[in-house]
Amino acid sequence: MKKYSAFSLVRNAISHNRRWREAWRSPEPRPEYDAIIVGGGGHGLATAYYLAKEHGVRNVAVLEKGWIGGGNTGRNTTIVRSNYLWTEASLLYEHSMKLWEGLSQDLNYNVMFSQRGVYNLGHTLQDMRDIERRVNANRLNGIDAEVVSAEQIRKDIPFINTSPDARYPILGASLQRRAGVARHDAVAWGFARAADKLGVDIIEQCEVTAINRDGGTVTGVETTRGTIRSPKVGVVVAGNASVLAAMAGLRLPIESHPLQALVSEPLKPVIDTVIMSNAVHGYISQSDKGELVIGAGIDAYNGYGQRGSFPTIEHTMQAIIELFPVLSRVRMLRQWGGIVDVCPDACPIISKTPVGGLYFNCGWGTGGFKATPGSGWVFAHTIAQDRPHELNAPFDLERFTTGALIDEHGAAAVAH
Amino acid sequence: MLLIECPWCGERAETEFSYGGEAGIARPADPDALGDAEWADYLFNRSNPRGAHRELWNHAQGCRRWFGVERDTVTYRISGSFRLSGGVGKRED
Repeated sequence: MKKYSAFSLVRNAISHNRRWREAWRSPEPRPEYDAIIVGGGGHGLATAYYLAKEHGVRNVAVLEKGWIGGGNTGRNTTIVRSNYLWTEASLLYEHSMKLWEGLSQDLNYNVMFSQRGVYNLGHTLQDMRDIERRVNANRLNGIDAEVVSAEQIRKDIPFINTSPDARYPILGASLQRRAGVARHDAVAWGFARAADKLGVDIIEQCEVTAINRDGGTVTGVETTRGTIRSPKVGVVVAGNASVLAAMAGLRLPIESHPLQALVSEPLKPVIDTVIMSNAVHGYISQSDKGELVIGAGIDAYNGYGQRGSFPTIEHTMQAIIELFPVLSRVRMLRQWGGIVDVCPDACPIISKTPVGGLYFNCGWGTGGFKATPGSGWVFAHTIAQDRPHELNAPFDLERFTTGALIDEHGAAAVAH
Repeated sequence: MLLIECPWCGERAETEFSYGGEAGIARPADPDALGDAEWADYLFNRSNPRGAHRELWNHAQGCRRWFGVERDTVTYRISGSFRLSGGVGKRED
């Protein structure tokens, strides 16, 4: 595998870009691996990468039923932040943030991580109290956070509607300057290429149809490309988590919902940061291509269809136009849905299961993209060592039995 | 946009309804008799099927009554509505 560099760009330009090599192999599945990761999204690929890099487990297969990064990894709004309220959650997301900060160098792949800051707006006195509490909690955990005034917002984001006469007046915001966005496709491709380089087999068009067990221990999986044996199976399939769990006779505290997003026609640069509002319930940033990237809440009903209902899109646009009346005549180009695995406490499950050798990483709900490297890092540790890392120990499946939930619903910077 | 049939008011737009999740989850008759795992299963675990799903809807902006709907979670096609008897935890086809 050739290293990407400025020199390789020049060399390939001279040869008219005809000699670029494939970024990862497309191997036939072997009959047995030391570990199988089900799900070739960002989290699954990151898990395989860190298994190989941090734990020396290189005989690994990533099984993907479609193509790499074709699920939620390519369907999110690319926001990365770590300003969660509770210590357990903020440490996990902050670990991920630290990995993001060196990720392009680490992977030798430009994931276009741009720390352009995230504003979480407050519209009521209670919003502002919650913001101050969360900013203080973040700082106590060593995470950068500040409270900004409406006056400051008016200077930083000139065309947001800060009029006190607005239906939901902006009273202030929290600001995490290290937060920002990353190129979501590049994250999948970068992890795939780096994992492949370390010997991981990435097998696309390979759907898992059964999880084989002997007694209470996993022995491998049945797939559309044959039986594959392995003493360890890590499942990280987002919206399909319950389906895979049922294959192993498990029930999860998860419901799958469509989450929709949209992009506008490309505009000149107008938003150089990320703006989120809990109360009005929308979030917006601008891609490097100039498209406004817009998202909001989930469709209320359960769904696996990778699309949602029109009223949810309407609600999203209402929120954006409430905040930015200037955008009222911007046309939307594309709209899509991903299937998110929503957990009762809006926190993930990164855990061993009652089945030996079977591990689940799910329940990220609406906010998994920001955690991609950290999620893979702790899940790799959990699989390699057969015990959770201290960062993901609180995110055990058992917490729903013990009652030790980590309630980020509403506590985190945006309502889930 | 889903068109949902309220058993009392007929077919109406999705925006008139609110969603109540999986149907047929009855509150345990004697909660004190349950262990932690059984209580967690009642409270948190859901079948979340990919395909036919029996679920609760409330005609929030109409008659405000709860009822059941059978809907496919992949195609979103609704195959029928049903009334509930004895509260939202029980069902009647």
